[in-house]
Amino acid sequence: MKARVTVTLKTGVLDPQGKAIEGALKSLGVEGIGSVRQGKVFDVELGTADKAQAETALKTACEKLLANTVVENYRIEIV
Amino acid sequence: MKAAVVLFPGSNREGDAVRAIEAATGHKPPIVWHADTELPAGTDLVVLPGGFSYGDYLRCGAIAGRAAIMDAVRAHAARGGLVLGICNGFQILCEGGLLPGVLMRNKDLRFICKMQHLRVERADTAFTRAYRAGQVIKVAIAHGEGNYEADDETIARLEGEGRVAFRYCDEAGVVGGLANPNGSTHDIAGIYSEKRNVLGMMPHPENLIDPLVGGVDGAGLFKSLVAA
Repeated sequence: MKARVTVTLKTGVLDPQGKAIEGALKSLGVEGIGSVRQGKVFDVELGTADKAQAETALKTACEKLLANTVVENYRIEIV
Repeated sequence: MKAAVVLFPGSNREGDAVRAIEAATGHKPPIVWHADTELPAGTDLVVLPGGFSYGDYLRCGAIAGRAAIMDAVRAHAARGGLVLGICNGFQILCEGGLLPGVLMRNKDLRFICKMQHLRVERADTAFTRAYRAGQVIKVAIAHGEGNYEADDETIARLEGEGRVAFRYCDEAGVVGGLANPNGSTHDIAGIYSEKRNVLGMMPHPENLIDPLVGGVDGAGLFKSLVAA
């Protein structure tokens, strides 16, 4: 079983990297860009076939390490 | 005062920390490896030095904050033992749950390496008793992620409990505006734990202990600790 974990900054947290990318896209003349927020994607290979067990493991992984829940949100997708 | 310096893969200021402690105490502190599970017996002060532990992978200090030795550091802090985290050490303390908040990317995205003035907010802690409250000191900063952020409630609690240790200021001690190098909330350069036995700070006092290399304003912190 495979999963994808997406970690993004919470709303309101300043994201200077996202801002810089946004500025670069605008200076490239890419039209229609409103704003950009940068995040992280983790592709995780799971050692279990049990979906509930996998979700529990991934939630623990996010809470303990993958996300800093002070400033970041996470989303788990089993793919 | 018995000190120990923790070494993580990617730490690079441990030598500076050792030198500053030795200059203040007359004893060379042992280096403790991150995979160890115990601190040397009788340790009073644990120092988490600056550097780029684990290459700043994932988030600065994230992996080091969960290293084996950190359980011993947390237990030491819970007993009231002294912990000093400098630069990456501050990031590790935040990631490891010893201090609240997080160090985000500098506001202008640049790695900043320069001399910086700080205002000592209080002089009644184990770390600052050799200074005066409100004293302006000049030390070095060298970081890319020093922009301290926490939710409003946490900031209000830190301010209300007098847990801001140092603030970025100019030469005259005026806080804010251009004197803030990285966008840090409330110009925070360092904070204490609830019991004020844990201090995390972005600037490098350990590099300002010798007149030959730019000043001795950092020595007060180590002198304070010797008296603790």
